Amino acid sequence: MVQTRTIEVAVGLFVAAGLGALFVLAMKVSNLTAFTDDTGYQLVAKFENVGSLKVGAPVSIAGVRVGRVGNIGIDHTTHEAVVKLNINKEYTDIPADTAASVLTAGLLGEQYVALEPGGDIKALRAGDEIKLTQPALVLEKIIGQFLFSKAQEGPSKK
Amino acid sequence: MINRLQTLGRWGLIRFERLGRGSMFLMQVLAGLPALLLRPRLTLQQVYATGVLSLVIIIVSGLFVGMVLGLQGYNTLVDFGAEESLGVLVALSLVRELGPVIAALLFAGRAGSALTAEIGLMKATEQLSAMEMMAVDPLARVVAPRLLGGFIAMPLLAAMFSAVGVFGGYFVGVGLLGVDDGSFWSQMQAKVNLQEDIMNGVIKSVVFGFVVTWIAVFEGYDAVPTSEGISRATTRTVVNSSLAVLGLDFVMTALMFGGF
Repeated sequence: MVQTRTIEVAVGLFVAAGLGALFVLAMKVSNLTAFTDDTGYQLVAKFENVGSLKVGAPVSIAGVRVGRVGNIGIDHTTHEAVVKLNINKEYTDIPADTAASVLTAGLLGEQYVALEPGGDIKALRAGDEIKLTQPALVLEKIIGQFLFSKAQEGPSKK
Repeated sequence: MINRLQTLGRWGLIRFERLGRGSMFLMQVLAGLPALLLRPRLTLQQVYATGVLSLVIIIVSGLFVGMVLGLQGYNTLVDFGAEESLGVLVALSLVRELGPVIAALLFAGRAGSALTAEIGLMKATEQLSAMEMMAVDPLARVVAPRLLGGFIAMPLLAAMFSAVGVFGGYFVGVGLLGVDDGSFWSQMQAKVNLQEDIMNGVIKSVVFGFVVTWIAVFEGYDAVPTSEGISRATTRTVVNSSLAVLGLDFVMTALMFGGF
């Protein structure tokens, strides 16, 4: 027979572990809190449209991940999406005339922010804004434009 | 023809009688629950026996189920270039279905069978009758703490199973197969809903815990007090509670996610 005290301690640990597991499920698996790794600096980019970009999505240069999307909000005067990009601290030499665009990984994949570095000698510092941005492509709009341009061309002469 | 019909009728009557006896038994046990509050130690001991001692099998199976999900899910999703959705797949399948169901099946095999054998042996060695002689109600003293202990332990075990499974899937998906770390979690967090997915999973595990322990203690209490009777009762516990878990799972899934 195991001693009562041992049993009580074991049950206490068990209940704590069970509640801890529920807590992990609530916090980490569903989205009660957003977690961020705050080792690095933050850049800001304003997009006309971010599509279905999500907090935590990768930020990459030439396909290499250099940071994550930290926060997505809206600018109250221009009604553009304001995306805060958390860049890892080892990438401090991103040129000031870098362009940012929202792209999609694969056909059905998630959206991410791609940075295309320019040739400026000055580097972006914490809190700077990336001026050149390209919004996410919305498939319906592209199809609409395509149909519209086809219609304008008129019936094809064959 | 008439004889066949009679056999069927007798079979049905026996089933209904058992169901009725089980329900009456449950009512009597529930009536014994308030007295338990005076002796929390009895319940504590049962939480230890059913919960803490089942921890190893639950955690190890959870880890492996999560890892297999990660592996299989990745192989399917990678064809569509959607391997970032691996987190969603692993988390939803664990939290909604596999966590509660597999944990309940393991619980029935690991803890339910032990409960039946224990109570059945108490009956066979006339310990229960001896208690009645001493004016101690065996339902309140022996059965009620076991029912309550299993009822408390099962949801906690299921939650641990799911949490460990998610990390197993994370380990395989992110650690071995190279899915992006942030996408794994952010897609999961975007798609898994606290109320709809996690709460419904918890509700399932609570119901399973109740049903499995009820079947286990009833089969033990109702066992024919011989060694053969106890072995049959133990088998029936595992079979019946597994069937009950899977059947109830379908019903609850239809009610929760079926959109009726």
